[in-house]
Amino acid sequence: MARLIGQKLLTLVPVLLAVSLLTYLLLNLLPGDPALLVLGPESVSAESIAAVRAELGLDRPLPVRYLAWLGAAATGDLGRSYITQQEVTGAILDRLPVTLELMVLSLTIALVLAIPLGVFSAYRAGSRFDKLVTGTTFGLLALPNFIFALLLIFFLSVRLGLFPATGWQPLSDGLVENLQSAFLPALALSVTNIAVFTRLLRTDMITTLQEDHVTLARSKGLPTWRILFRHALRPSSFSLLTVAGLQVGTLLSATVIVETIFALPGVGRLLFDAINSRDLLMVQGVVLVLAVSFVLVNFVVDLLYTFLDPRIRSGAARVRA
Amino acid sequence: MSAPDDAAVPVAPNRTGALVGADAERAGPSGTAAAELQAGTQTGVTPLTPDPPAGRRKRGKGVVYWFCLGWLALVVLAAIAANWLPLPDPNAIDIINKTAPPFSEGHLLGTDGLGRDILSRLAYGARVSLVISVAAVAVGIIVGGTLGMVVGYFRGRLETAVMAVIDVILAFPGLVLLLALVAFVGQSLLAITVVIGFLSIPVYTRVARAATLAVSQREYVLAAGLMGGKTTRILFREIMPNVILPVAAFGLIALGVVIVLEGSLAFLGLSVEAPAATWGSMIAEGKRHLDDAIHIALIPSVVMFLTVLSLNLVGDVLRSRFDVREANL
Repeated sequence: MARLIGQKLLTLVPVLLAVSLLTYLLLNLLPGDPALLVLGPESVSAESIAAVRAELGLDRPLPVRYLAWLGAAATGDLGRSYITQQEVTGAILDRLPVTLELMVLSLTIALVLAIPLGVFSAYRAGSRFDKLVTGTTFGLLALPNFIFALLLIFFLSVRLGLFPATGWQPLSDGLVENLQSAFLPALALSVTNIAVFTRLLRTDMITTLQEDHVTLARSKGLPTWRILFRHALRPSSFSLLTVAGLQVGTLLSATVIVETIFALPGVGRLLFDAINSRDLLMVQGVVLVLAVSFVLVNFVVDLLYTFLDPRIRSGAARVRA
Repeated sequence: MSAPDDAAVPVAPNRTGALVGADAERAGPSGTAAAELQAGTQTGVTPLTPDPPAGRRKRGKGVVYWFCLGWLALVVLAAIAANWLPLPDPNAIDIINKTAPPFSEGHLLGTDGLGRDILSRLAYGARVSLVISVAAVAVGIIVGGTLGMVVGYFRGRLETAVMAVIDVILAFPGLVLLLALVAFVGQSLLAITVVIGFLSIPVYTRVARAATLAVSQREYVLAAGLMGGKTTRILFREIMPNVILPVAAFGLIALGVVIVLEGSLAFLGLSVEAPAATWGSMIAEGKRHLDDAIHIALIPSVVMFLTVLSLNLVGDVLRSRFDVREANL
């Protein structure tokens, strides 16, 4: 077990290094001189450009700059924005709680809706309920989240006035206020996941329900709900966990849009603002943090998987033997 | 999940996993592909499930399927013929007639907040969506498909290296990378197409590689090699026909993904520069009129939704026809 974790940790290091390298290269090999962005496009003398370049360390060769940046990043220092003079790490840490709360809330909403829907449509596969669920989720998959967000704003906030259309109330202002401002964005974020989770669970459960242990449970006379939620949902929940981990990537992308629509002070909004002001170091820092978190989430999911599913452990042992 | 499948999970979690993640990352509708691919693997393992609904579903979906094809044809026609259709100038501002509701005189679908004709902007917007999605998917299929086929056939160190790079690209949340790149590369039609195309290469590489692995050891491929066929001939005559169908069916769904991606960019104001009409920018413009003229946001939203839905559905039907199940290694 410990060896397995050790091996996985070893594979994590090169991935993280590669992610940092790619982040750095992509944003540094692009056309355009950051010095010009700092000074503004008009009437700049060659000397002032050279001065700024020296100040930013741009006169050093690329590999040296990358290693310096990586070394600093490893200690948690992602530099200081040329534009706003903010510490990049500090700015990200300030915004992180909002994004995290949104993502957790959105995954919760998606699971709370998807689990019963998926389980029951698998249990009654082919029924009218199943067809309705399958059709609806198919439709949801074609619904971009910014459109869904606008529909939510229009119906729940403009028409019914149930939620504020934009803005964020921090948790310190009270739980109810906080949830009220977080609910619509979280729901908007969850649209794809509701569909993905429901469909995954449905197909997975249909297979599980045909297995021997379910037939055995049924012949023992166990109540249906117990068979569905204990004997069938449990083995199916592992693939749900994996996909939920992978969906974090989609979620991270979607937060940029949703936080912008709802004017929330999260990391996605930070990225959007940084992109609009061409704030290279900030963009670089945020992209790195998001990509690294995505890799780490999937690493943890992978580990959890090994811990939770005894069949994997034995399977892995068999493969290695 | 059935027992035999589980044994395979620890060995290849990244394979299926990353494929699912890859397209799930690229915004909403890609999820179909994700769920279906998973579904494909899992039902495929159980011999007890001969998948009876497949035939029935094909007949049952008839009407919807043809409706979707019809809608797609309409969108393509509108995009191609936008110049010749009797439509007002999409950028002609007419403040007096702003926010006119649908079916107003001279404006079949009404006007937006600046009095521009919505129908006309939809047609010209379809052009942007069509050009970007078709070109980006073509780049992805040609570059990614060839790459996947080559590394899947030759295997070896090249394969390990290429797949490692691809895993790294897939480790980035798609839209985040896209936004960052577009901001610095530029907001021209060409730049956006190239960036989206580049970012979609990894997914096609995976699909093409999986399909290649499935056929490269078949007898007819071996026979072609033994008969002294040149490598290029084997690749293009024996292997490619088996790879092109799954990749193309996947590409159809990817068209929808790209349309949503471009829409997201446009919605954030990072797609083609204003005043050029795109569906996403029309929706963004309509966001300002949610309380007084919902049609401005609603009409382009419905158009985008229907288009993506149709692409997903048609792609789905085609994919179930050219089942990639056995190729999903």
